[in-house]
Amino acid sequence: MAVRVQREDFDVGAELAALSEGNHGVGGVTSFVGLVREMGGGPSAMTLEHYPGMTERQLAEIEAEARRRWPLQATLIVHRYGRLEPGDRIVLVATASAHRQAAFESCHFLIDWLKTRAPFWKLEETSEGARWVEAKEDDDAAAARWAPRPPTGDVSP
Amino acid sequence: MKLLYFAWLRTKTGITQEEVAPPEHVRDVASLVEWLRTRGPGFADAFGNAAVVRVAVNQEYARPDHPLRAGDEVALFPPVTGG
Repeated sequence: MAVRVQREDFDVGAELAALSEGNHGVGGVTSFVGLVREMGGGPSAMTLEHYPGMTERQLAEIEAEARRRWPLQATLIVHRYGRLEPGDRIVLVATASAHRQAAFESCHFLIDWLKTRAPFWKLEETSEGARWVEAKEDDDAAAARWAPRPPTGDVSP
Repeated sequence: MKLLYFAWLRTKTGITQEEVAPPEHVRDVASLVEWLRTRGPGFADAFGNAAVVRVAVNQEYARPDHPLRAGDEVALFPPVTGG
């Protein structure tokens, strides 16, 4: 029920506590936290670029899709942008439901769709200079498991 | 029509955003990308492979046959890598 795109870090504990506070219908909360990891060549920071406006809109649509598919009491997506270093948190996805299965599955769904539909791009700092991270086919395959899938703006014939 | 460029499409074209009035024959997403490719070396490089270009019209993903209108906001970018 909430989507936030921000430069600042977030407090996972506080966010998860707020998700179910006062809602005794919640039986389980599942969360995923994405972190910047060190790449092969040693510590490397990255800058996350996004498309303000469209990002929030796409995240809200992905969240609405999850709520159509599972009986959810609460949902949260927080995604950061700007320069981040190894160990920094990038994204938090959390879902709350009466039962664990809906919470687990919807959390997995949200992060898979987010990775292929939310307009964010990573610019990695490497020893050879800055480099745009390429999208992974694995991510497409992960998102496709939750088919049917809406268009992603692919303009190839 | 407002065009926005992100990630390496911005780096290669050297443009973040611009207002354009494309020629008459540009009526949909596919013909826009084809036209952009003809605008100079940076554009030819950026739009040389249409398979890696994603397009959003008014902040929604759009297919190649999606029609375009004068006041549209059209964003051009590579496949996304967030999360």
